[in-house]
Amino acid sequence: MSFQVSKSGDVTLIEVEGQLIVGNRQELKQQVLEQLEDGDQKFVIDFANTGYIDSSGLGVLVSLSKKIREQGGELRLSSLNEDLRTLFELTKLDTLFRIADTKEQALEGF
Amino acid sequence: MNNGIGSGLVLELPTDVRSIETAVDYVMSRCSACAVHARRLHLNFRVGLTEALSNAMLYGNAHDPSQSVVVEVSIAQGRLQAIVRDHGSGFDPRAVPDPTLPENLSRPCGRGLFLMRQLLDEVWYNERGNEVTLVLRLDSGGPFEGGAEA
Repeated sequence: MSFQVSKSGDVTLIEVEGQLIVGNRQELKQQVLEQLEDGDQKFVIDFANTGYIDSSGLGVLVSLSKKIREQGGELRLSSLNEDLRTLFELTKLDTLFRIADTKEQALEGF
Repeated sequence: MNNGIGSGLVLELPTDVRSIETAVDYVMSRCSACAVHARRLHLNFRVGLTEALSNAMLYGNAHDPSQSVVVEVSIAQGRLQAIVRDHGSGFDPRAVPDPTLPENLSRPCGRGLFLMRQLLDEVWYNERGNEVTLVLRLDSGGPFEGGAEA
């Protein structure tokens, strides 16, 4: 798993490439927490190039969302493939996150 | 049936979560010719096996690198089966709360066993609670079926 970080206005966009799983979830968590400490509050994590997220990866997203909200910010997700959407729906995490079809839609009006 | 598994596949993995992805990829490659719908193999079985290995390393073996996790994969009687065994003292799967309840939705953990139960046709633990058996029925018709009773 690797990820690219860019800025779109005051929104931090993180594009994940590869699987977000128990073996690498801390890398993403550390990246977002560092951005948060630097004062960033609006985050979009894009999964257009992600095949699979396991329960540990889902847990990291839940944890990050909570920490970002505590700082007055928001985490949005985008570009979930069919399998990822299934996992979010099964776990009802689709009710916890704002999920956009594309990163452009996630950035709109943020 | 040319399933790439033959009489069975046995792997012994170190307790290192970084080894899970490679191990699951290998099992998937050996199962690629299984007579099962591709999505059920690559979503349902893959997720179930990944979660079982993760639980075995994180909770069963408690991150202890001196302990190993054993995986046995087989196909028989129309069932793709994986047994995952750790060296821990086991746990009571009935005590794991439902992560989809409103009060648990914001918890960062506790979704692995739930996903296994949702995605596999059968999930059961041995009495000690340190060995889980996952079953995906090959004759299930739908592209996305699952839901174990365990």
